[in-house]
Formats: sequence, C-alpha cells, structure tokens
Amino acid sequence: MIEVLIFATLNGLVTGLLLFMLASGLTLIFSMMGVLNFAHASFYMLGAYFAYSISLYTGFWPALIIAPILVGLVGALVERYGLRRVHKSGHVAELIFTFGLAFLIEEAVQFFWGRSTMNYRSPDILNFPLFTLFGQNFPAYKAFMIFISVSIFIGLYYVLTRTRIGIIIQAAITHPNTVANLGHNVPFIFMAVFGAGSGLAGLAGVIAGPVLTTFPGMAVVLGSIVFVIVVIGGLGSLGGALVASLLIGLLQSYAIASNLGMPDLLNLLGVSFASDHPLNDIWRLTLPQIAPILPFLLLVLVLIFRPSGLFGKRES
Amino acid sequence: MLRKSIVWIVFAIVLLVLPQIFTSIFSISIFTQMTIAIVFALSYNMLLGQGGMLSFGHAVYFGLGGFLAVHALMMIENEEMMFSVTLIPLVGGLFGLIAALFIGSFSTHKAGTVFAMISLGMGELIAASSLILVSFFGGEAGVSGDRTYGPPFFGYDFAQGIEVYYLAAAWMFVATLCMYLFTQTPAGRMANAVRDNPERAEFIGYSARRVRFISFAMAGFFAGIAGGLFAVNYEILTEENLNAASSGRVLLMAYIGGLGFFIGPIVGAIVLTLINSLLSNYTTLWMLYLGILFVLTVMFLPRGLTGFLMMHRVPWHLGKLRLLAVPYTLTSMPGAVFLLGLVAMIEMSHASGSEFVYLGIALNPDGYGSWAFLLAVTGVAFYVLRLTLPRLRDAWSEANTITRKPDHAAKESGGQS
Amino acid sequence: MTILTSAFHRLRAAISAIILCAVGISCTAEAQEPIKIAFIDPQSGTFAATGESGYMVLDFAADYFFNDKGGILGGRKFEIIALDNKNSAADSQIQLRRAISEGIQVVFSGNGSAVASALSTAIDRHNRRNPDSQVLFINYAAVDPILTGADCNFWHFRFDAHSDMKMEVMTDHIARNPAIDKVYIIGQDYSFGKAVGDAAISMLAAKRPDIQIVGNELHPIGQVKDFTPYITKIVSSGANAVITGNWGADMVALGRGIMDAGLNVPIYTFYAAYDGITATLGEAAKGQIRLVHNDHANPILSDVRRDFTRAYKAKNPHKDVTQPRLVNALMMLAAAMEKAGSTQPYDVALAMEDLRITTMSGEEIWMRADDHQVFQSLNVSVHTNENIEFDSDNSGFGLLTEFVVPMEETITANNSCRMTRPQQ
Repeated sequence: MIEVLIFATLNGLVTGLLLFMLASGLTLIFSMMGVLNFAHASFYMLGAYFAYSISLYTGFWPALIIAPILVGLVGALVERYGLRRVHKSGHVAELIFTFGLAFLIEEAVQFFWGRSTMNYRSPDILNFPLFTLFGQNFPAYKAFMIFISVSIFIGLYYVLTRTRIGIIIQAAITHPNTVANLGHNVPFIFMAVFGAGSGLAGLAGVIAGPVLTTFPGMAVVLGSIVFVIVVIGGLGSLGGALVASLLIGLLQSYAIASNLGMPDLLNLLGVSFASDHPLNDIWRLTLPQIAPILPFLLLVLVLIFRPSGLFGKRES
Repeated sequence: MLRKSIVWIVFAIVLLVLPQIFTSIFSISIFTQMTIAIVFALSYNMLLGQGGMLSFGHAVYFGLGGFLAVHALMMIENEEMMFSVTLIPLVGGLFGLIAALFIGSFSTHKAGTVFAMISLGMGELIAASSLILVSFFGGEAGVSGDRTYGPPFFGYDFAQGIEVYYLAAAWMFVATLCMYLFTQTPAGRMANAVRDNPERAEFIGYSARRVRFISFAMAGFFAGIAGGLFAVNYEILTEENLNAASSGRVLLMAYIGGLGFFIGPIVGAIVLTLINSLLSNYTTLWMLYLGILFVLTVMFLPRGLTGFLMMHRVPWHLGKLRLLAVPYTLTSMPGAVFLLGLVAMIEMSHASGSEFVYLGIALNPDGYGSWAFLLAVTGVAFYVLRLTLPRLRDAWSEANTITRKPDHAAKESGGQS
Repeated sequence: MTILTSAFHRLRAAISAIILCAVGISCTAEAQEPIKIAFIDPQSGTFAATGESGYMVLDFAADYFFNDKGGILGGRKFEIIALDNKNSAADSQIQLRRAISEGIQVVFSGNGSAVASALSTAIDRHNRRNPDSQVLFINYAAVDPILTGADCNFWHFRFDAHSDMKMEVMTDHIARNPAIDKVYIIGQDYSFGKAVGDAAISMLAAKRPDIQIVGNELHPIGQVKDFTPYITKIVSSGANAVITGNWGADMVALGRGIMDAGLNVPIYTFYAAYDGITATLGEAAKGQIRLVHNDHANPILSDVRRDFTRAYKAKNPHKDVTQPRLVNALMMLAAAMEKAGSTQPYDVALAMEDLRITTMSGEEIWMRADDHQVFQSLNVSVHTNENIEFDSDNSGFGLLTEFVVPMEETITANNSCRMTRPQQ
C-alpha cells in the first residue's frame, strides 16, 4: 500500500507541475488582457509537434530550446494579427476567437502531421530508471520534468517580482492606461506576454510529448482541465494556479490509486441494493472511474460557493 | 405588422414546397437536419445573442431532452404510454426545461466568465456521467426507439422520411414563431437590457438574475424541443449529442450566422448543415475549411453572415445598391480564382497517389509543373484582387453617402438587437 | 498513365458490351452499371486513420481481384464510395440515406460497435419500411457480440470474430502458459471494455481456476492524460500478465506507460498495431504485446496474399494491409452475387447464408446462416522484428503468428439470436 501512496504522490506531482506550466501562462494572459484563451492547450500541442519534427533533425536538446521559441512566435503573431483585431468587438468575441483558433490548430496539426500517433521519444540520455522502489521504476525523465517545471516557477516568480519588466507587467495588469501614459508600449507588452505564455505552453508540450504521447487529441484532453485550474486557483493569481495545479494533479492521482467506491460506502452504512436496481450504475461507481471528472465537479462547486476562486481577488 | 405576417407566410410556404422540389431521400434528410439545427441554434441565441450569456454546454439540454424523448418512444413501443409521436418534441422540451430550471437556479447568478465556466463544467460533468449511468443513457451505444408505434396521426405513421420532415418543419415553424414572439415580450426586452447593462436594469427594478434565469429556462426548453425532434428523426440518442463538441457546434452556428439578428442563427444553421453534410462528401479536410471559415468570420465579420448582408441596408435604402454591382463582380472573380487556387494547393498536398483531378483538370502532386501552375494562377489572382480593392472601397463609401434628400428609413441601421 | 489505362479499360468494356449486344446476349443496360458499395466509416476527425486505411484496402482489393479481371456478373465492376460518418451514429444515418438516394445496395461499415449497432438497426428498419430500396450491411470490424446475438437481423453480416470468440483464443493461450498466475484486467469504461473484462474473468475461471484476477480496472475512454497511476497499481498487484481491450491513443499510452515503468509482462490485447501504433511502441514493446486477430501477417500463408500485399505496398508505400478481412468480405459478397445471379440485397443475403469461400491466404471461411457470423481461423501474434516479412508503419516491427486456432474450433453455439427472415 505504501508504494502505491508514494508513487501516486510522485505522479500527482509530475502531472500537477506540468499543468502548472500551462496554467501559469494562461493566468498571466488572462490577468493582463482579460482573455480566457481557449487555444492555450493548442499551443501546448504545437510545442510537442514542433519538438518532434525538430528532434528528427537535431535531436531532443536543441528542440527543447527551439520549439518553445517557435510556439512563442506563433503566439505573438496570433495576438498581433488576430486577437488585437477582434479586441474591438469585445470580450465575448475574443473568447470565441480563441475557441475557433483551438479548433483550427487541431485541424492544421492533422493536416501537416496526419492523424496517427507520432513516435516522439524522450532522449536516450534520460532513458534510465532514476530509482527502483518496490519493484517499480521511476524514470529519470520524470525527474527532469519536475526539474524544468520548478525552474520555470522560480524563474517566473523572480521575473515578475524582482525585475523591472516584471514590475511593468504587473502595473500593466492593473493600470494599463497609467503605464501607457508613462511611455510604455502597452500593446507591445500584451503581445510579448501572450507570446511568452504561449511559449511556456509550448515548453510544457515539448517535455510532456514523449510521456503523454503526441497525437492530435492531446490538446482537447488537457484543454478544459487547464481552464478548471485557472478558475479554481482564482483568475490572475499565479500562486493560486500553482496550488490548484498541484491539488488537481494529486487529487486525480490519489483517486485513481485508491480502490474505494460506492460499494464500500454502502457496506459501511450497511445498505445494500439488488443488482437490478435502476440506479445500479451509481451503486457500483468507484473512485478511479470518476477520477477524470472530479476537477469539473470541483470547478462547479468552487464557482457556486466562491466565484472568485481560491486565491482570486476579482470575479471576471 | 402586415409585412411581418407576409414574411412568416412566405416562410411557411417555402417549408411546404421545398421537399416537393428536391425529392430524394438524401435532400429530405438534409432539410430535416436543418429544421432541427435551426431550433437548436435559435435557442442558443436566446442565451448568447439576446441574453449575453456565453454557454459552452448548451448541448446538455438538447441531449437530455432527446434522451427522454427516446425513452418516451420506447414506452409507447412497450405500450406503457399511449400518445402520438407528434407530441414527442414537447416531451423533450419539457425535460430540457426541467434540466435548465435546475441548473439555471445556480448558474445564472452571474453572467460573463463565471457563467461560461459553470456551463463548461456542467457540460463536461453531464457528458461524462452519461457514459457512466448506462441504464438511462445507454453508455456509448446510446438508446434507441422506434417512432412508428404510436397511434397514427391522420393516417400517417411516420415511417417515411418525408412525413418526419413535415412534422419537424411544423414544430420548427411554431418554435421559431414562439421564440420570435418571446423577443417582443417585456421579458425578452429585459433580457437585452440585462445583457447590455445589468446595473441599470437593476436600478429600474428588475432582478438581473431573474431575467437571466427566465431566458436560460426558455433556451433550455427550446433546445429540448430540438432534441426531441432529433429523437424522432434519428430514433437514437448517444453521448455525442450532449458533449462539448455539440455545444461547440451550436456556438459556431449562431456565431457564423450572426448573433445580433433573429434570423442570424437560422442562416448559420442552414450554412453549417450544408457544410457538414455536403462538403464532407467532397473533401476529408472539410473541418479544416470550417475552422478557417470560423476564425475569418470572427476576425472580419464580427456580426456574422447576416451582419454582412445587413450592411447593405443603408445602400439599399439610399437606392445605391446597384453602384456596388460592378465592383462586386470585379472583385469576386479574381477572389474566387484565388480561393480555388488555395483550396487546390491544400487538397493537392494531401492527395495520395500520382493523379489528382480538380475541377476537371488533371494535376500531378509529385510534379513541380502542377505546383508552379497553381502558384502562378493563385499569385496572379491575388495581384488582380488587390488591384480591384480600391475601386470596391470607393464604391462602398459612395454607396453609403447621402447625396440627395435621405429616405425616411435611411437612419435605420439594421438589426433587432 | 493510370488515367489512360482506366480509360482504355472502360473503352474495352464498352466495346465488348456493344458486341455482346449485337450478338444478342445479355443486352441489358444494367450489365455495365457498376455495383456501388458505400463505405461508411470515419474519413475525418480523430478516428480517420482507421477509416482511411480501410477504404484504401477495400478500394484496392476491388480493382485487384475483380475489376481488373473483368468484374463479376458478366462484366459489372465494383465501385467503392467512401462516405464520412465522422464516427457518429447520427452522421452514419445521414450517409446511409445518401447512399440509398444514390441507389446503393451494399453498405460496408465497422469502426465502433456503437455506430455499427445504430446502422444495423437503421438498415433493418429502412428495409422493413421501404421494401423496394433494400440495403445489405457488411460489418467488417464491430465486435460487440450482441450484433449477432440478441440484436441480430437478416441484413447484417459480420466478418470479424466477435469479442467473446477472440477472448476464447486469448484465454486459451494464457491457460497454456504455466508462468502466468496473476492477471490484471484494464479497459475503457464502456460496453466493450466491460465485456472484455467480464469475458476474461469467466473464461479464465473455467480454464485455469488457479489464475488470480489481481485487478479489474475501468478508466474513462479517451480522457486519461497519464497512465502512470494505473501502472503503479498494476505493478504493486504483482500481475504477470495484463489483458486490455484498449484501442487508439489509450492503447499507445497504456503500452508505453507499462514499458516506461519497466514492467516486463505480456500484454494481451486486440488492437495494438498499424496506423502509427506499431512504430510508436517500437523496440520497447518487443515480444511483449500479444494480439488476437484473424490475420496472418507473418509468416504469410500464400503467394496470392504475398503478391497482393506487395502490389498494395507498391501503390501505397506508407500504408499497410491493415484489415484483410475487408478483402474476405468483398470476396464472399462477390461469390454470393454470382451465386444469386443478382445484386438484389434479399437474394444476395440468402445466397451468402451458409456460404464457404477460400480467402487470399488460402483458408476457408464460413458464414453461419443462423446468426450471420463468419467463422475463420484466429491467432495470437506477437509484436517483434524477427522473422518479419511485412512490417507495419515501415518500422521494421510487425506481427508474427504464434498460436493458431483453426476455424472449426472457433465455432461456438449461439442461442440468443432469433432471426426473422422477411418474406419477399
């Protein structure tokens, strides 16, 4: 039992930190521009596909650098020539634009790379078990993923709180007009932040692609979860995003690892139902079965009882 | 008043006559699909267009209504209930209403992002539950019924597609009329007011929450009717009918058609149904084109296809529409060549084998000659297109300028928003 | 060049028709009309890869075995029309109506039991309601037992073995391996995944009561980002074999998760090859994946099959002959049409009942009249790169037959199908 608990924690940590890399960019973009970017996970997918194609020529390590930069550039272009244009039509139009963009990117990926799963692999140098515990390997690559995500968090925190750029960005979030009056190019800052956020998502894709498989559905699988995290953590809150990411990652991991379910609960209560009971599907539910929908349940509950999220300061 | 009645009468006649002109089973099935899509898209517009509530989970009410309608069909088949199949859409509508009343009771507290996110979460929750609760939703295989068991309706048992079309068209007509009339009621007007400025609406004594709740419930009701029609037409409901992809599709319909206009979603439903069922027969890349169309619409036609048509109201009232005829023709010719050239290149890069026939021209995807030819044609077309644009721009501003005494209607800027 | 050739073929067919007509033999306008087959499967969207491969194999086989040899029924050729159902039950019905509008009388479909079951019901109803435009349903891939069980109908013919038949073969193979005593079952949370789990448990209990089922897990279909938590459970259960019904991305992710964790146990499954999966599993899965299916990819059993595969690979170098049972189905359809001397679905369906043909691999297959289930030899293959003549995904890896159950031994009684044959 103890090994299940340890590995569940490690897995939850890996997933949670990966989710954070996506959520951090999304929440930054949201707090600055007020746009909930539906296409954010699509940039994550682009990162994985770009890295796959680049790694065919250069190997993994150059791809780790080049792919996120390319994704960031794509993001910046999207902001400059798409989002900025739509901005005039209001927030709903922006949201719908990113929604359409997510749809378009998925189709474009299928157009260029096909619909099959890509054979995108982690580098050989990290292809060894870091340690073996109770007969199960913990791959070194996962430790590498944790390392990258933690570095990103520290780096981001440092940039936002300790550097001049970070202070301008923070100011632009709350007082865009004042910042503009001080002579800063606010549209350019917007573009840069959008590009940087997309690049972060791309980086997440680069390191997640080999583990979570690179296929055209990978954005959809993650897309709504990232949304959930940003909303639960509180829109615009970086710390909230971190807490919510880890919460969701661990919650899902523990739920899958557990063997609990309605039958146990019913046993505890001493209730039993005939196997042809109309609600039999409910009485047979197990926690692992519903693990992937737990985040959505959490989302609805948070929104009903605390619409500003766990750490959020404002509602929308 | 008279003019509006004439519009509705023409609408009814078109619905009656259409299947007599296009008589194949396939075209009738497309018309039926359209009627269902129209009801669904209009119900969505009650939320987004009229109430300002962006929903990512509207298919839930369509699906739940549809599922209950199929269960009603099964009960008729098993003789547990006895009523005409013509009433099945009402069953769907009522269940959609009940579901909307329940979910709306907590999701309509706020508009904006909070509402959008709750709708997303509820949509995912219910779609996922539908795969788990097999006894009601039938798992991934769905539930199916048979529409022919009910008591015959004036001798019709709805075995044939054309009978189902007329049933769906009748329901669509009534539902459309009801939704139109709803926009004219004080509740419908208040929905617009709350969308535009909830605070002011509160100041004059209306609860924004309640107004949103009413719109939401009505939207759920009509979505359920669409779901019921779907159940009668296809006799099967599956998880895909209430999942996020369906919710996205209805958003697409309403937006591409034009949110600000009552007929916008109708246009969107017709266009998207045609794309969905016809374009997919010519190319496997139809979703790519749909995605491009969607993104371009959001970027360049924020008021949708209807908005584009409505832009011509001013020139029309000024009597200057004919000024645009020549520039439009001049621009659209190279424009069409340009688009066809782009599509040819997209298709050719995806063609397998060494032969690729496009518009009767045999091209070779592996040969440089074909590529050079297409690039040249597309490039020239683009150049010519650019040349025609200034003239179009001038004609447009000329057509929108009042040069003589303005007509009484010229100030009307279009739309019922 | 190909355009010229086909034009030439058409010309030759036309001339021969005119000559025949002049002499006064078989001078019906119908004689030259192609026999159209609607291939209703996903051609766009996430599941398109499978549908695309299927269409290409069927289209190629129609030309290779029939059209290039002068067609059937005195010169009529097959024409395969791909209709995109987007993997949806509703869109399948739309495409069915389109096919009927175009006078098509044969429908091929199979990806996904939900879609197949919807289509089967829709075709049965349509044929009942419209006796003058009936349609035949050739199911080449949907494996839910219910399609030839309680939900069987006269118009539906299945050319793949259903999941219980495959599970018999799988459990036979497991039962013969004394090293396996703890089995972990994991599947997608829907009817097929559950059916696989239930069948595995009951069959293993009968064949090897000493085998312990150490886990029976269902995960949501297509929603799991990371299989590692599931794999932790598999490892800690001490299982020495895994059974799964997973397919598509869920199969790849599960397979790779197991490899990454260093768990070296056989994985018994149905769908873990082709369309990028073989290449992605690659070296890590060598000797570990055991696939139950009806194809003999390696070693190849006959020269006919070898020539067919070579010709197909020559035309489509990036594709594989993924589902040869499509060819079996087409061959049996052609044989039934010849036997009936007509393409009327009712006549063809009657002719197909109890029909036996020899496949391109040289094996006999039999269509049982009672439930319209085909019987053929089934085998367990292993994912490897040794002794592979025809690999998949051009990866060097392919499927090597390890264990064969001959056709006669796959026949099981079926008491649940109550088929009513319509009177014409």
